Amino acid sequence: MERTTMDLWVGIFAALGAAAILGLAMKVGNLTSSSIGETYTVTAAFENVGSLKPKAPVKSAGVVVGRVDKIQFDPKTYEALVTLKVDKRYPFPKDTFASIYTAGLLGEQYIGLEAGGDESNLKNGDKIKHTQDAVVLEKMISQFLYNKASDTKPSESTDTK
Amino acid sequence: MFDRIGKALSGTGHRIIDRIWRFGSAARMFVYVLLSSADSFKRIRIVTKEIYSTGVLSLVIILVSAFFVGMVLALQGYNTLQKYGSSEAIGVLVALALVRELGPVVTALLFAGRAGTAITAEIGLMKTTEQLSAMEMMAVSPISRVIAPRFWAGVISMPILAALFSMVGILGGYLVAVPIIGVDSGAFWSQMQANVDFRDDIVNGIIKSVVFGVACSMIALFEGYDAPPTAEGVSRATTRTVVNSSLAVLGLDFILTSFMIHT
Repeated sequence: MERTTMDLWVGIFAALGAAAILGLAMKVGNLTSSSIGETYTVTAAFENVGSLKPKAPVKSAGVVVGRVDKIQFDPKTYEALVTLKVDKRYPFPKDTFASIYTAGLLGEQYIGLEAGGDESNLKNGDKIKHTQDAVVLEKMISQFLYNKASDTKPSESTDTK
Repeated sequence: MFDRIGKALSGTGHRIIDRIWRFGSAARMFVYVLLSSADSFKRIRIVTKEIYSTGVLSLVIILVSAFFVGMVLALQGYNTLQKYGSSEAIGVLVALALVRELGPVVTALLFAGRAGTAITAEIGLMKTTEQLSAMEMMAVSPISRVIAPRFWAGVISMPILAALFSMVGILGGYLVAVPIIGVDSGAFWSQMQANVDFRDDIVNGIIKSVVFGVACSMIALFEGYDAPPTAEGVSRATTRTVVNSSLAVLGLDFILTSFMIHT
């Protein structure tokens, strides 16, 4: 084989490889969509984060506005301290409400932000004061069963007559 | 009785020592290849020639199998996912399976069969016909002139082939999922983009394929270099290349995956 054609083929091969990696990054991966750009960091304390994980989305009105950066345990207050990175383009008022929701019945958990009415906005390093914990299914079921049991006990006497 | 047991034990021991000895000499050869690879980058032409014969000539088999693997993944995945009413997740399934595992692993297995055997047979025959000794006589190091360029060609080709495998596989999956089965095209791509992470999935896949490239080319080169200089020896060495490369790839894949997956 001629040397120049061989070089040409190797060049095409390398270009195809670069195109494939670029295609994987852009079309398949989240390099284009997840790069939130400039962010500011806020923290929020929850009594229970459920199965929230780092990198989980932070949504407001269903739109992704940021990501969970890290989740730590605060040994003083015995609460989970969640650090959120929110896109700089979306300022939120100081009395924003942060709650942990589940996407679908068994889906992954995310943080929902509901804007309050305060005049001033959250700044870098601020703490969100109003939070709502994750719903723990076992707790809910046991509470439901407990309520059910306490409901039916007095009515038992009426049932038997 | 005891005599026979003793013989069997010493046979096993001999085999184990032989394996370890071969592994050690392969490791020494690896270090030697790394040390003398500066020469082969000075004469980049030799490396391009080897990239042509290991990489470019493997393109057809890699791309065709990628296409079929992607199509089968989409069909099988759809069959199971639609039972749970989540057939839109087919894009995620195909992309993650290909980018994380099948792309690097199947590429490495095909590479071992297509290019690894060729390298072993070539080196083995060079040794049999005493071309390597002739080079040494002329004070040309066969490691830096013959082995190192082939090693680097394999290491460079493998990630490129694996990336192409993943991309073509995803296109094959798309072709089955969207026009044939009728999954929504937008859902296919958007779910994929939401769940495939660049750093955690794509870069890790590339890292895997680089490691497999090192392992496969090193095994092929060592088996060729170590082959007994007979026709039978070369044929045995070629078989060993395929067996050892496949086992090494699958074993390394488990080790790498266990390092990469963190929940």
